[in-house]
Amino acid sequence: MSNTIFDWKKDRSMFPEPDKDGKPVVELDSQKYIKVWQGPNHPGVTGNMALELTISGDEVMEAKTHVGYLHRGFEKLFERRRYMQCFPTSIRMCVPEPDINEYNLSRGTELLSGIEVPEMAGWLRMIALEMARLQVLLRTVPGQGGTIGLGLPAQWGLYYRELILDRFEELTGGRIYHMYILPGGVRGLLPDGFKKRLEDNLVKIEAFMKEVDRVVYSNAVFKKRTKGIGVVPPEWIDQYGATGPVARAAGYKRDVRKDYPYLYYDRLDFDYNVEHESDVFARFHVRRKDVDTTIDLLRQIMAKMPEKGELRAETPNVLHWKIPRGETLVRCESSRGEYLFYMVADGSIYPRRINLRGPSYTHGVVLLEKLLVNANISDVSSIMVSLATCPPEIER
Amino acid sequence: MSLKDIFSPFTAWGKAFEKPVTIKDPIAERPGADRYRGFHKNDISTCIGCGTCETICENEAIDLVPVEGIETKDGDSGLRPRVDYGRCCWCALCVDVCTTGSLSLTNTYTWVEEDPEAYRFTPGVDEKPWDKEEKGWKKPEPGYEFYNLNRVTMEHLEPEERDDTFIEMVKGFSKEQAEKEADRCVECGICTATCPAHMGIPEYIKAIRNDDLEEGLRILYDTNPLPEICGRICTHKCETVCTLGHRGEALSIRWLKRYIADQNPSEKYKKILNSEFIEKNGKKVAIIGSGPSGLSTAHYLALMGYECTIFEKLSKAGGMMRFGIPEYRLPYDQIDKDISYIESLGVKIKYNTQVGVDITLDELGKKYDAVFAGTGLHMGRSTRIEGTDHKNVYQAIDLLRKITLGEEVPLTEHIVVIGGGNVAMDITRSLARLQKQKYGKVGIITTSLETEDKMPADREEVIETREEGAVVNPGWAPQYIEIENDKIKGLHVAQCYSLFDEEGKFNPQCNLDNLQFFEGNMVVESIGQGMDLSYLTEDLKHDLEIDRRGRIKVNEYFQSGIPWLFIGGDIIQGPDVIHGIANGHKAARGIDEFLFEEKKDTPKP
Repeated sequence: MSNTIFDWKKDRSMFPEPDKDGKPVVELDSQKYIKVWQGPNHPGVTGNMALELTISGDEVMEAKTHVGYLHRGFEKLFERRRYMQCFPTSIRMCVPEPDINEYNLSRGTELLSGIEVPEMAGWLRMIALEMARLQVLLRTVPGQGGTIGLGLPAQWGLYYRELILDRFEELTGGRIYHMYILPGGVRGLLPDGFKKRLEDNLVKIEAFMKEVDRVVYSNAVFKKRTKGIGVVPPEWIDQYGATGPVARAAGYKRDVRKDYPYLYYDRLDFDYNVEHESDVFARFHVRRKDVDTTIDLLRQIMAKMPEKGELRAETPNVLHWKIPRGETLVRCESSRGEYLFYMVADGSIYPRRINLRGPSYTHGVVLLEKLLVNANISDVSSIMVSLATCPPEIER
Repeated sequence: MSLKDIFSPFTAWGKAFEKPVTIKDPIAERPGADRYRGFHKNDISTCIGCGTCETICENEAIDLVPVEGIETKDGDSGLRPRVDYGRCCWCALCVDVCTTGSLSLTNTYTWVEEDPEAYRFTPGVDEKPWDKEEKGWKKPEPGYEFYNLNRVTMEHLEPEERDDTFIEMVKGFSKEQAEKEADRCVECGICTATCPAHMGIPEYIKAIRNDDLEEGLRILYDTNPLPEICGRICTHKCETVCTLGHRGEALSIRWLKRYIADQNPSEKYKKILNSEFIEKNGKKVAIIGSGPSGLSTAHYLALMGYECTIFEKLSKAGGMMRFGIPEYRLPYDQIDKDISYIESLGVKIKYNTQVGVDITLDELGKKYDAVFAGTGLHMGRSTRIEGTDHKNVYQAIDLLRKITLGEEVPLTEHIVVIGGGNVAMDITRSLARLQKQKYGKVGIITTSLETEDKMPADREEVIETREEGAVVNPGWAPQYIEIENDKIKGLHVAQCYSLFDEEGKFNPQCNLDNLQFFEGNMVVESIGQGMDLSYLTEDLKHDLEIDRRGRIKVNEYFQSGIPWLFIGGDIIQGPDVIHGIANGHKAARGIDEFLFEEKKDTPKP
């Protein structure tokens, strides 16, 4: 089948005259261009953020990201909360995957005050983190098809995500806001029969992923619409600090779980999922393989974790838990990439500063603006979803 | 791209023959998981309104509000948490921090109501359909506490180290121990409300955590001028009601107070407490008795600029604290430390001066602007059973006084003590020490009307008494003392099965079929003390109002029917040190108001 019939040529970009830096000069008065706002409420935009697109025909000439629709000032709120009060607030910095916030915050608090978490709690934290990753991937992997009109698998995926949320509900008492990992440890052991129910879910999810493979992954339309689209040049990865699937799709072996092992990830057997094309399809492919890795990791964790153990280390009285002056940096691998907290303690009962450096800021603000130039307007949401931006994490 | 890529998506059509998920797995109403964090439930009879839930709530969704039908009392603030579901995020930290374990979340998660105000409710008080729901979030099992439920162990002298000496047996906290213990406090303030002197307990414990012991001392002296003494022998009503005691061990508030006082050297007191310069106001107040109430009155009056003179019958100051409490519990140098600070404020103490004998109360009333009488309970009460008129039957309080004064104490190899209170334990342990010193062994038996579980003595006192070799055998009513050839052979007792009658009046009942004989050559009675009011002449008594039980009526500032005479301490309230201190503080304010009417509305120290 010839590609020429369907191939869309980037021709409009010939119209704007480039200036001496080679950047096209867009004159709105020339009536060749129009401004289109995609978002803040748009099904093709993840969360509440807006893309201000300057288009010529159906080609994007210029893209600007606008955030600020979700700002709730979490980092400032932390400064007026006791260390123990921060973790229920922190989860709102990334609603789809809340556990990474809890983990980073708890780990940072523990590092600053020199507390070691019991082994059992460490394994339970890994279960929560991997389950959270799995339920996010169950949205984003089939969801990538949804961005180009293959909405059906995206709907199916939500059902399988609910299965994991059921497990979260019985483990943590909450479906979305788990509030499970807290400074010192975790808040509950695995309920009776939890491992079996989770295993049943994993089997179902594996079967579902085969369906996704048939309907999305090996779909001529999907390949057509994603291959060669939104290519992140590999040299940009270090230049802009892209991490996670974006970096791995560009051929970089980047995974915090392997590079800077935390919890007991060094006792688990897994590998980097790497692709080289660095386009939307490659990023989709990396995430698709991440699903298999996560399922495998969950099985390994359930097999290797101890049966019994302490839930929580002994901490000072949480009502006046003072942490001596110090600073620390904690990171973990989220489904989107490296998730990093910088924490400063000033010796009082409140943290002096907690700063989040998440992957969405680079991916969603910097890379997206660059990748959208010369893209077809129908690919905008596809590119955006492939970068996995999470606006609440950008404006925390 | 291959043909397979074109055709494989059509496998999705396979789903057309399957039932949709919504039919396979319909949305039926189902209860939340066993641990679900749903709506709040509170067992208001267990809840004491300590407010830790309010403190930990990061959304300020919880307020403590007064509730109809729940009275404020010792150990219960009378408030209950009200939750605002406009703010709550169901994190359940309030459940995890709850000191009594009364608060929990149910697994109910749907609630529809038109009135937005309804979503601000008091769980347990406002009835809700989920109040009976058993499942839901509860505090996870042991090992998950937000604060330490166990006390830091206070080191004591071992029984064999202390049973023949009057050296202080409680060693006191080190810095690390004190800070660790202070860390347990949840700052609820239930203790402050219960303490008769309303000491700022959470505040001075916070000062320990901050390692600011000078600030701690200032907080202590705000309400209590005898911290060394109270830090050792206070009846610690604060610890009895301590909110941590509901699920674990109460905070060692008394030892923490002692730690602050011990760590501050007495020569720095005046500087720390900012009492180096006090402006005199020219008024003179006489104080009868140098016990806790007298010293407390003198301290606060001296700070206000009054010239205070204490008249003390005995040769040393301290009253019952010195002459009633044995040295191993309260060393004399610690009493001296507290008293010398009060003296340094300009308070004069006239020793060996008994009011009513050496000087009359009338004279005092004329010479001074006001008089405070805190003469205490120094007269031992007798059981008045057959044989108590024998010369070898003694009153515990008289013997304790003799021990303090260094006088010779009558002693035999076998002694019987009657009484179940702390004074009985004090005399038992003191005599046991003397026996050990003199005879090398202990031969003392203590009996009381009350059974083991109802004995008024502190539990640890009873345990320590036994550790030191004395026998405590409670639950017996003394019948008579057997005397042969003018020598005491022992005490006959009968089993006592009831202390109070149906009206609650003291009316002990004994089972005369169950008798026992306690052998001993000396009997000590310790069943309570009475007051000696001989210094009140008939003329004065005429102006005083005395109630049925023989107590003098005073107003809230301890002012008696005679305007210049204020009366407080054990003879009015108590008996214990902390009530005396509280009385003295209040009386000092009363005297100030009485002498300076116009100052009534200004705040007093």
